[in-house]
Amino acid sequence: MMRHLLSTQDLGRDDALLVLDTAEYMATVAGRSVKKLPTLRGRTVVNLFFEDSTRTRTSFELAAKRLSADVINFSVRGSSVSKGESLKDTAQTLEAMGADAVVCRHPASGAPHRLAAWVRGSVLNAGDGIHEHPTQALLDAFTIRRRLGRVEGLSVTIVGDVLHSRVARSNVWLLSTLGASVTVVAPPTLVPVGVEQWPVAVSYDLDAVLPTSDVVMMLRVQRERMTAAFFPTEREYSRRYGLDADRLAAMPPSALVMHPGPMVRGMEIASDVADSTRSTVVEQVANGVSVRMAVLYLLLGGTREVP
Amino acid sequence: MTRRGDTAGGPAHEAGRWHLRGVRPLGGDPVDLLLDGGIIAEAGRDLSAVGATVLDADGLVALPGLVDLHTHLREPGREDAETVASGTRAAALGGFTTVFAMANTEPVADTAGVVEQVWRLGRDAGHCDVRPVGAVTEGLRGTRLAELGAMASSAAAVRVFSDDGNCVSDAVLMRRALEYVKAFDGVIAQHAQEPRLTEDAQMNEGAVSARLGLPGWPAAAEEAIIARDALLAGHVGSRLHVCHVSTAGSVELLRWAKSKGWRVTAEVTPHHLLLTDDLVTSFDPVYKVNPPLRTAADVAALRAGLADGTIDCIATDHAPHAPQDKETEWMAARPGMVGLETALSIAIMTMLETGLLDWAGLADRMSVAPGRIGGLPGGLTGGRANALAGGQAGGQAGGHHHPPVAGSRPSRAAAHDVHPAGAGALSLSAGAVANLVLVDPVARWTVDAGALASRGRNTPYAGRKLPGRVQATFLRGRPTVLDGKIA
Ligand SMILES: [Zn+2]
Ligand SMILES: [Zn+2]
Repeated sequence: MMRHLLSTQDLGRDDALLVLDTAEYMATVAGRSVKKLPTLRGRTVVNLFFEDSTRTRTSFELAAKRLSADVINFSVRGSSVSKGESLKDTAQTLEAMGADAVVCRHPASGAPHRLAAWVRGSVLNAGDGIHEHPTQALLDAFTIRRRLGRVEGLSVTIVGDVLHSRVARSNVWLLSTLGASVTVVAPPTLVPVGVEQWPVAVSYDLDAVLPTSDVVMMLRVQRERMTAAFFPTEREYSRRYGLDADRLAAMPPSALVMHPGPMVRGMEIASDVADSTRSTVVEQVANGVSVRMAVLYLLLGGTREVP
Repeated sequence: MTRRGDTAGGPAHEAGRWHLRGVRPLGGDPVDLLLDGGIIAEAGRDLSAVGATVLDADGLVALPGLVDLHTHLREPGREDAETVASGTRAAALGGFTTVFAMANTEPVADTAGVVEQVWRLGRDAGHCDVRPVGAVTEGLRGTRLAELGAMASSAAAVRVFSDDGNCVSDAVLMRRALEYVKAFDGVIAQHAQEPRLTEDAQMNEGAVSARLGLPGWPAAAEEAIIARDALLAGHVGSRLHVCHVSTAGSVELLRWAKSKGWRVTAEVTPHHLLLTDDLVTSFDPVYKVNPPLRTAADVAALRAGLADGTIDCIATDHAPHAPQDKETEWMAARPGMVGLETALSIAIMTMLETGLLDWAGLADRMSVAPGRIGGLPGGLTGGRANALAGGQAGGQAGGHHHPPVAGSRPSRAAAHDVHPAGAGALSLSAGAVANLVLVDPVARWTVDAGALASRGRNTPYAGRKLPGRVQATFLRGRPTVLDGKIA
């Protein structure tokens, strides 16, 4: 296992599968009456969040606590990036605290990479700008594997604001490493220039892709994109790229609907679709804890053996 | 390099008499040069010069003093990043005898007062000539013209005007600026960056930016401005200089503009001749620069453009920054790299060792052409300066571009021709101003960021072994660098 988890692009197939297998074991812990393992007793995990995300921070905090680690929440408002304490100063503070692992969420792409150069502990990227969000992709893969039994050979369609999505990037690399065929669907304005180099197919037509998709992963679309001329109106976006009941009906009966949250109901996903049995939205949250336990365990526990 | 004679040990700041033995002007056959009274008094084989300090310069290549059209000296305002004194020490060590100091200081060099201050600081430091660049618009804000005429007629005699750091994006303002400076043979040096297309831009837009999730800086944002400004310069018959050209498309546009006979010149930085955007994968802001590092195809086109004369010269865009402005996450870091002390080595690596230019060509691209564009006296001697550099790239001062053939490989004979009748500051012939640099062409050296004379440590070449070492620099016959150290 590597020392840091910064990106799924440099995560090999064996390591990725090891995380998923370890997460399976961690999930069994959640079913026990005492949901705790002594594995990381005496180790310190710092949640370093430069961006508000109660969901992700709570998930990491719970994962670390279930492994008996000491958890420190260190929140820095995003605006202090250019003023006040620098990332490097913060890194030195964490060093002084003796952090064994730093879980870093940052609005700037690549910030966890910089941090990894300045601290001795392991750095886990909990989402950096529009770059990557590796544990989200791992939990998505974990969810797919649990529901459909495998990832290899599946057709996964990722729909929405691919250009600004760290979730999309991490999923593209991880799912293709695990043998899925990935298609991204978006208005052309929300597909990055340079996508030709990605291991994906690109489509601008959601309806053409749905009937052959085993998994449809919807991305959040921020309303601000509209004012920056990425698309004309919310209504037009929703009509062309939103997942509603009609489109759900066009998907194969066993196909999954996924969303990393938080959802914009009525925009990229209709409420009844989000709440349908085909949706994995709630499971994704639960699986997030198991996957993050697995990652912390593997980065800090030091052995390849499942406990 | 050893030295002996009467004046060794005398005050280093006196011009004195220097007998340079066995130098190879423009890489040609060894000759002796006698520097006296600030000029090259004699050039020939086996000179005997009584009373001169003898410098055994066997095998060292002599080039006319290098000229940098694009240097950020940071003073006034950011003396923690660089001062005129520290920046010009770096320049001298890099073989430069003239640098053009960019206007984006605090306060901005947009008045006669500020440009004269910078000019005086340069004169007092004495390491190389400092020619201030004046801002095109007040405060670089891009809304009202600065007092260009006052800066031109100040003691600093400004001829190059630029809002560098910002693009003069308003088409009408750009047209007026181009027209206005004709009155004093000025030139507008444009930082070509369409601002709306590059909001929040962090790196070249392409495969690497798509992967790294860094907002892209499209090549089209540079090319669109170059195309527009070339058309404007052609329309009003003015001189346009394009700063730090970075894309293959820009080279094509420049080639087209020159084919029209328009008075358009351009520069390329050393880093754009070598480095590519895949380095950004490290997220190390030492590679953050504006315009950004581009692709290998762009690098190849820039080298070819520089070789054939489409791009006139190399300029460093030396941009020192304080550590806290670089030791950050990528997006918070300031763009820019230091370059004065490594420019010649990178030019040797990318242009000479690749066979694209010979020493005469290099002298043209790093001394004669930038001097001509910047309006230096030697640079205006036209044909004479050209003779020095092998006769290539001539005639552009007159506004017409000759087909880009010469310059790539001037004949050996031309390289030997070190006796043209001329007295410019950028010539190696007898009678010329003694601005010159002696380079050890076979030495290799490892870049130590901490040992740079610049206050900036932001070099992308730290730890790299580079070819070519500046051994000595002479400014009007006075050594500013000897034995590779500040004299
Ligand atoms: Zn610039
Ligand atoms: Zn600049």
